[in-house]
Amino acid sequence: MPLAPAAQYPIDADETPDHEYLYTLNFGPQHPATHTTLRLILTLDGETIVKAVPDIGYLHSGFEKLGEDLDYNQYVTIVDRMNYISPICNEIAWHHSVEKLMGLELTPRCKYIRTIIAELARISDHLLCVGAAALDLGGITAFLYAFNMREKIYNIFERMAGQRFHPSYTRVGGLMFDVDDGWVSLIRTFIKDEFPKAHTDVARLLNRNKIFIDRTKGVGVLTKEEAINRSASGPVARASGVVRDVRKEEPYLAYKDLDFQVICGTGGDCASRYLVRMGEMNESAKIISQAVENIPSGPINIDVEDKLTVPDKSSTYRSIEGLIQHFELFMWNRRWKPPVNECYGATEAPNGELGFYLVSDGDGKAYRAKTRPPSFIHFSLFPHLIEGHAIGDVPAVLGSLNIIAAELDR
Amino acid sequence: MTAWQTKLTETFGDACKFETFRDNIRCDVRTERFLEVMKNLRAQGFDLLLDVTGIDYLHYPKAADRYGVVYSLVNTESGERAYIKVRLNDPDPAVPSVYSIWKGCDWMERETYDMFGIVFEGHPDLRRILMPEEFTSFPLRKDYPLRGRGERHNFPTVLRSDG
Amino acid sequence: MAAKFPDFLVTKLDWVANLGRANSLWPMPFATACCGIELMATASSRYDIARFGAEAMRFSPRQCDLMIVAGRVVMKMVPVMQRIWQQMPEPKWCISMGACASSGGVFDTYAVVQGIDRFIPVDVYVPGCPPRPEQLLRAVIDLQEKVRRTGTIDAREFADRKTYEGPANLARQIAPEDTMMVPGDFTTATRLRD
Ligand code: SF4
Repeated sequence: MPLAPAAQYPIDADETPDHEYLYTLNFGPQHPATHTTLRLILTLDGETIVKAVPDIGYLHSGFEKLGEDLDYNQYVTIVDRMNYISPICNEIAWHHSVEKLMGLELTPRCKYIRTIIAELARISDHLLCVGAAALDLGGITAFLYAFNMREKIYNIFERMAGQRFHPSYTRVGGLMFDVDDGWVSLIRTFIKDEFPKAHTDVARLLNRNKIFIDRTKGVGVLTKEEAINRSASGPVARASGVVRDVRKEEPYLAYKDLDFQVICGTGGDCASRYLVRMGEMNESAKIISQAVENIPSGPINIDVEDKLTVPDKSSTYRSIEGLIQHFELFMWNRRWKPPVNECYGATEAPNGELGFYLVSDGDGKAYRAKTRPPSFIHFSLFPHLIEGHAIGDVPAVLGSLNIIAAELDR
Repeated sequence: MTAWQTKLTETFGDACKFETFRDNIRCDVRTERFLEVMKNLRAQGFDLLLDVTGIDYLHYPKAADRYGVVYSLVNTESGERAYIKVRLNDPDPAVPSVYSIWKGCDWMERETYDMFGIVFEGHPDLRRILMPEEFTSFPLRKDYPLRGRGERHNFPTVLRSDG
Repeated sequence: MAAKFPDFLVTKLDWVANLGRANSLWPMPFATACCGIELMATASSRYDIARFGAEAMRFSPRQCDLMIVAGRVVMKMVPVMQRIWQQMPEPKWCISMGACASSGGVFDTYAVVQGIDRFIPVDVYVPGCPPRPEQLLRAVIDLQEKVRRTGTIDAREFADRKTYEGPANLARQIAPEDTMMVPGDFTTATRLRD
């Protein structure tokens, strides 16, 4: 007996006799296609999804409560763990907001270094997203190519900060320590030789891959109006034709001096989200190659006189001013004295706009540190995108939205 | 004063109080007029609701009200940002939901409810989102301890021989 | 469990079984957070966990014998984790990967469980936040060693582990008359502070 199309039934199909043939499928919280811990309760009509109810919070670990307990430098180790496939972007977003609250202007060298690492992180984020999306749709080779490149980026981060995964590299008003020439040449080789090759490999594997295109084209379409109304940002919004990029609109760090384009799509489906990500990687590489040749010399931290940055080890041990300042910043009843006010600072993270709304009561720790997490908002789009599609499209849509559970739940 | 500020002042008089810090323009709105203000802003082109932030002002210096809810708006045409704030108080902090204007507020309001217990009147599906359903406290309130009240270890243990 | 074997036969059978089990551990990646990405890195080409016979990641608990808990486990996730553990067939082992899974790590908050060993038995702990892939490989090697050393064909060694193996709960050891409830959460903190 042919089944009536799902669209004829109201969305909230409950247990009335008419809908008895609809069945419920539990998807997650531990499922390979979710990559992380999220759960979907799908109501199915045959293969078609009538209704999807996401259930999240399987990784809610109290980040924001910790933000009220740790000081402005300590909390950077926690924000690292938020979007864990591009940790450095979270650090930059966090300290961007903190510096905005305190009214600090960074040194040019620090700005350039932060720009470079933010773009490297963007590349690594998009690589994993594209690779994992391909993996879910059956293409394991693209995933392996992408992961190989991520290892190269890990090496760069490890050289710079000592930790390959969660560098915790930024500090209020500066960086943990300076970079060296070896780091610069690592980046040069990465941008000139290694990355373009991997990018072409992945693009060749996927761009004209019949299976990949068939499973992503026209799937999960988000129109421009919906994208704005439902608060989407970043690549997801840009793939729907919303021309909005915080890097261009409110240039922070060194983006003002660098030449790059905002990649937009028009389709709003999974394929165009994939293409936007691929395009953004190229733009990031362009930004890095400009920035890496022009890193200004000079200090990485703002002036010691401001009494806001942690002095380096040699001045802590060898000079009385350094010692006093170190003491001032690390005694838990001293630390920073930001203005008693609230402010929001936004950056463009790989996933979308990542900002922190900071409330300060004049103490060394934030009174409230609210994250504006792009994954959280993008996942709330999911029920809207998946309705009416087949169950096999769930991995495609999830993969194209790039949901990171730790950022989703915080 | 930007155009939208002038317009709000004209329409709502002293129901809106403005404050500027760095590049953030914050507008303190009285709860009764809140929904009208939001509709007005939407009509003026603020079409993107970026974020809903709940704040508990329990230990805040010189705070008069217990809770604040801040809505971050963006005008995608001009790139302007606006921050609209309402202040609420115990025993039942409640504010009208803006779901009718921006669909994106759905989960943000649920999160704020989950963390602070602020009720958004008119929200279609106001349930807990991050914490388990049976959880009774609101963890981001300032009177809730960082390490919880022992809920996190309130589970049975599986022994190896049970396997 | 299995029928009683005569002793002289059992040692040889144990040896054969352990050889098979140790060299083909099938992991169930219970990857919740950042450590899960390092777990992926361990499985991909540079570190290649296949060299140690543990590359067959299966996402169905019924096909696995090694649960790798990679990442923090929070209140909502504990029942899920226990259920997955119970669905895995015997013999099975558990690696707790990363500081969060082993002790709560940096997340000493209301939602995060301070060590999964409070709720399920753990065989190998891997320190690090996240552990480097080499460390995870080391853990797999150590686990293989443990299987070879202690494994028996009818899995007798598990039946003996009848006691709670997690960290001692501080409040459990002190008589109620002797406890003073300090502000905070005396009963559940793993570390006493302030
Ligand atoms: S141990 Fe560190 S890397 Fe691993 S899940 Fe915890 S925070 Fe993430």
